Amino acid sequence: MKKKLVLIGNGMAGVYCIEQLLKLNPHRYQITIFGSEPHPNYNRILLSSVLQGNSSLKDIVLNDWDWYMDNGITLHAGHKVTKVNTSKKIVHTDSGISAPYDELILATGSLPFMLPLPGADKEGVIAFRDIQDCETMIETSKKFKKGIVIGGGLLGLEAARGLLNLHMDVTVVHLSGTIMDRQLDPTASLMLQRELENQGMKFLLEKNTEAILGGKRVTAVRFKDGSKVDADLVVMAVGIKPNTALARECGIEVNRAIVVDDYMQTSNPHVYAIGECAEHRGTVYGLVAPLFEQGAVLAKRLADVDGEGYQGSVVSAKLKVSEVNVFSAGQFSDSGDTRSVRVQDDFAGVYKKIVVKDGKIIGCILFGDTSDSSRIFALMRRGENIFGKEKEVLLGESAGGANISGVEFAAAMADDEIVCGCNGVPKGTIIQAIQEKGCTSVNDIKYCTKASGSCGGCKPLVADLLAHVLGDDGVTTVKEGICGCTSLGREEVVEAIRSMQLSTSKEVMNVLGWENPEGCSKCRPALNYYLGMVWPEEHADEQESRFVNERNHGNIQKDGTYSVVPRMYGGVTTPEDLRKISDVAIKYSAMVKITGGQRIDLLGIKKEDLPSVWGELDMPSGYAYGKALRTVKTCVGSTWCRFGTQDAIKMGTDLEKRLERINTPAKIKLAVSACPRNCAEATIKDFGVVAIDGGCELYVGGNGGTDVRKADLLVKVKTEEEVVEWAMAYVQHYRETANYNERTSKWVERIGLDKIKQALEKREDRLALKERIEHWLSFTKDPWKEIVENGELRKTFDMLPAPNLVGGPEL
Amino acid sequence: MRRIVVAKLSDISEKRSRVVRIDGVEIALFKLSTGEIRAIENSCPHKKGKLSEGIVCDHHVFCPLHDWKVNLDDGLAQAPDEGCVKTYEVEWDEKSGEIALYTNNGNTIDEGSSSRWPT
Repeated sequence: MKKKLVLIGNGMAGVYCIEQLLKLNPHRYQITIFGSEPHPNYNRILLSSVLQGNSSLKDIVLNDWDWYMDNGITLHAGHKVTKVNTSKKIVHTDSGISAPYDELILATGSLPFMLPLPGADKEGVIAFRDIQDCETMIETSKKFKKGIVIGGGLLGLEAARGLLNLHMDVTVVHLSGTIMDRQLDPTASLMLQRELENQGMKFLLEKNTEAILGGKRVTAVRFKDGSKVDADLVVMAVGIKPNTALARECGIEVNRAIVVDDYMQTSNPHVYAIGECAEHRGTVYGLVAPLFEQGAVLAKRLADVDGEGYQGSVVSAKLKVSEVNVFSAGQFSDSGDTRSVRVQDDFAGVYKKIVVKDGKIIGCILFGDTSDSSRIFALMRRGENIFGKEKEVLLGESAGGANISGVEFAAAMADDEIVCGCNGVPKGTIIQAIQEKGCTSVNDIKYCTKASGSCGGCKPLVADLLAHVLGDDGVTTVKEGICGCTSLGREEVVEAIRSMQLSTSKEVMNVLGWENPEGCSKCRPALNYYLGMVWPEEHADEQESRFVNERNHGNIQKDGTYSVVPRMYGGVTTPEDLRKISDVAIKYSAMVKITGGQRIDLLGIKKEDLPSVWGELDMPSGYAYGKALRTVKTCVGSTWCRFGTQDAIKMGTDLEKRLERINTPAKIKLAVSACPRNCAEATIKDFGVVAIDGGCELYVGGNGGTDVRKADLLVKVKTEEEVVEWAMAYVQHYRETANYNERTSKWVERIGLDKIKQALEKREDRLALKERIEHWLSFTKDPWKEIVENGELRKTFDMLPAPNLVGGPEL
Repeated sequence: MRRIVVAKLSDISEKRSRVVRIDGVEIALFKLSTGEIRAIENSCPHKKGKLSEGIVCDHHVFCPLHDWKVNLDDGLAQAPDEGCVKTYEVEWDEKSGEIALYTNNGNTIDEGSSSRWPT
């Protein structure tokens, strides 16, 4: 025989719980539901949209009559339960229906709080709580004009906006000086008030209602200060109180609401309470998300499924008023131990604020643009540490405050739109991998589809797609190691190399338990770099761990030939060098192309010809193929230019000579401009110098490629010696702290400009860094020359001699 | 089939490759960290990248052009990529130091022997 389950309260919390229970165990209970309203379960939150004319009553029904029938549920709608006999375990209604139970759920919700004012019982004074209130307002608006809403909170404003839509003249009366003060700080509150005033709403703030005047029907409202205002309709929206009468009567413990434990059980073991009528750990929730969470916990309990129990909810509120977007969550006001990031744009009507405590978001307000609400709220709920990224969190990746959130953007993309440009993976393929192959993390997607596996630039978009399909809670975030072979990050690997004095990649992989014994194409070059960085003398460079370009000292092209770029300090060449380049180009049929870095590229050189080409050029390698110093771009400077303030060519050439051959985590490009016109484009370089009258501005973290980024001003210096000192210290600091393959633009964002400034501000620190980089440089040789002069090395560029096939034995 | 001596063990260093051309086909010879030799056609099934220039990890090579991972034992591209490179039977002798390759007479491209060409 099935056990009997009775639910009192046919609202969102109770019915959601029943839905979950049916999913977990559809046959365990015989279910009876009582509801005092003569409707099936509807979405109470959307009442305001019915009032505002955006939905009809039918639209907001969540479970229609058929649902109850299909699931074998007995529904008594329009019957109010007035008595519960907990000893006999039976409930009775005012209409004479009774039902026995084994388990009872109280989901009686809350009642609107009606101010006990003289005249509050007059016709035309209503609450805003249920469908009937909505209907009353709609009816009233047909005959009357003046509406007063008492209460400038969430509910009151929604009601007021609804009355505006019904063409009433609406005034909101509020006790405090700022509206929605439970959810907004004064700034946001004022912006909201202005916006609503623009829509035609009027406000009477700091007004304490004293009496409701009139005959049978309301005609006016009087305030404590003696002033009066005419009214045909008064909507009281000052708050709600938990509906606990039934529980109280049958002796169940009630505090502010019905007291429940983590499994939603009341003081009576067979009676449970959820929703607005329940008080959990001293908190009573009046918003929808907690109701669902509580419903899910209770459903598990009733189905005998183990679960963690309810831990309380972090709540957020969204004002549902047309054309106004307001979102608020958590502790939104500042206090002594909090700091916040705020953006206010009165012209666009946008205000955003996150409140941070101990590196975590504890509250936020979004006004005007709430597109990031789910992203920020997810960070807040997860308690993620956002230290150093506070601004990014509020403003989004671009820090320009994109108009739509990543997830919305991802959702709006067409299926055939390319997500990963490197590997040509369209959105559809990724969605398919999530839905059909069970991918739940960016890493899964990478292994399944290759998306984000190359430059990694689309990782955020892939993450957004995951969040879009699975929801924030469905996405697995795995600690990402430097590659798929390990879960260790750069810090841990480098620390191990230092502390355990590891000197070969093989050792590192053995000691640190690499998953693939010989690593992969991602970690092998990375380890080789870290080892070389830490042990400039001891580490023997591992050629077999270098990417082809760095091993062959040229850029491999799609047909397997190479490009050759000789060094041209500061972009300055000579007729003699040009003649050599010309001769070589003719002899080896190379294509000649001017590069973006003020140099010359010879394309189409066969591997076996590389050493001869280098020998005939007799110029140093330009390292155009390496994670190394590439070019130092310069303008003509004071030598020629009528605006030039300094000798940019000399400064650029000097810098290039000092830093050439340096290996870096990723390529670095420098530039020197001799005046603020900045013809050398120094502000999109990894390190840029802009000379000004009497000094130089040094810029860092610029990028003009994959990740376009304007460089940050690091410091202003006076002399050329200082420029060199800062440049070398900066590059060494980057070498020591960046992830392999991380350009300075990303590195600066990750580490933070302030941290970099700190590391470089003391002269002694700069000199120490400079000494370390010079030490490293002292071991370098020009690689082209080295190969040209070393027969053994040179041989590896040749193909093996063609075997003599004529004499081959027949098998 | 014929057996062709193509190189000496000392010609190739560990985790590196050298290339030999036979009847117009480039064949990449790899020396694994175990000292074993593998021979495959020097052309990635994706965009014909020169596999001889790839990074060798155990018995796999990563194509230098787009990072496809190819198994040197059977020539198969590893998931998520699909495709296959022709492999050659190869033997080596520690004493003489000779590396020998088995190919078909005259025409090295043996369409019949491999059923795993990409479709």
